[in-house]
Amino acid sequence: MILAQAPHGFLSPTGVEIAFLLVGLVTFGAALVSVTTKQLVHAALWLVVTLGGLAVEYLLLTAEFIAWVQVLIYVGSVVVLLLFGLMLTRAPIGRSPDADSANRWAALTVAVAAATALVWVVVDAFRATWIDLDGPAAGSTEATGASLFQNWVLPFEALSVLLLAALVGAIVLSRKAKAERSSPSLNSRDTDESSPSVPDARKNPAEQEGAR
Amino acid sequence: MHLAYPAVLSALLFCTGLYGVLARRNAILVLMSVELMLNAVNLNLVAFDVWLSRTAEETLHSGQALTLFTIAIAAAEIGIGLAIVLAVHRNRGTADIDKLRDTAEGHESAPSDEPAEDDGTAPAAEKAEATA
Repeated sequence: MILAQAPHGFLSPTGVEIAFLLVGLVTFGAALVSVTTKQLVHAALWLVVTLGGLAVEYLLLTAEFIAWVQVLIYVGSVVVLLLFGLMLTRAPIGRSPDADSANRWAALTVAVAAATALVWVVVDAFRATWIDLDGPAAGSTEATGASLFQNWVLPFEALSVLLLAALVGAIVLSRKAKAERSSPSLNSRDTDESSPSVPDARKNPAEQEGAR
Repeated sequence: MHLAYPAVLSALLFCTGLYGVLARRNAILVLMSVELMLNAVNLNLVAFDVWLSRTAEETLHSGQALTLFTIAIAAAEIGIGLAIVLAVHRNRGTADIDKLRDTAEGHESAPSDEPAEDDGTAPAAEKAEATA
């Protein structure tokens, strides 16, 4: 249908396609570095590049609301959560030689086989399909909000209940250590061993976990 | 834009995340790879939604709505997952998923687990004798 309107071809890519390809290369390269680097903190930082690249791809696909939600939630909060998790589990700064497990080559085989099959099937299936990006944006905030609150209200509200449940669950999981801490011998030994500021310093991470 | 561009990028990102899930040893890095896989699915949803909103007569924008739901669920998942990883780290002193083999069958347990293993097997043997 669209094919009849305008001539398309692989050999004459449009500007949007070239931009998509370049940003996609950066995104894929950052994802590869993120899953292969031996430095744990760098993996999280390369994940920022991947998620930001995906936000640019959403913008190129005219889905602007999704793009900004991606920037806000993923780059803004998920990566920060991951970095906090890395710090709280005392991830080593610098190269850690045991970042990859022993079944790396099996994993590589599975991933390459899956990538080959998926790319082959997808390219074969959508060889003659073009997205028409002209005209008003398909994913503007107005269109997304209208469809979300006209057709998707019930799942939206259910999702808010799920988020609340996840919040309560995370707090409960993080507070479990506080009940165990009530044994008096541990506390007294801690205060005897070192400066009185230690219990405060120990309480702070628990509060941060609870706040999340 | 050709639909194959976002579809191929999404497939490649998904397989990158698959490799990360299978090959990484740290639980937080596994969570990062899961995020990569979820983002690949999101890209697919957005691309097909933009395509269908042009070709179909009327659309519910289901792809974009589902993308928003996926993002929200991924945020909840990363919160719960990190809470679990921190609880495991607090109890075991490690976030290494190769060392969490309590439910594994047919494997030698880690040296730190052996006293518990002995305590567990001795009463079991006694119980077996008692029932026999």
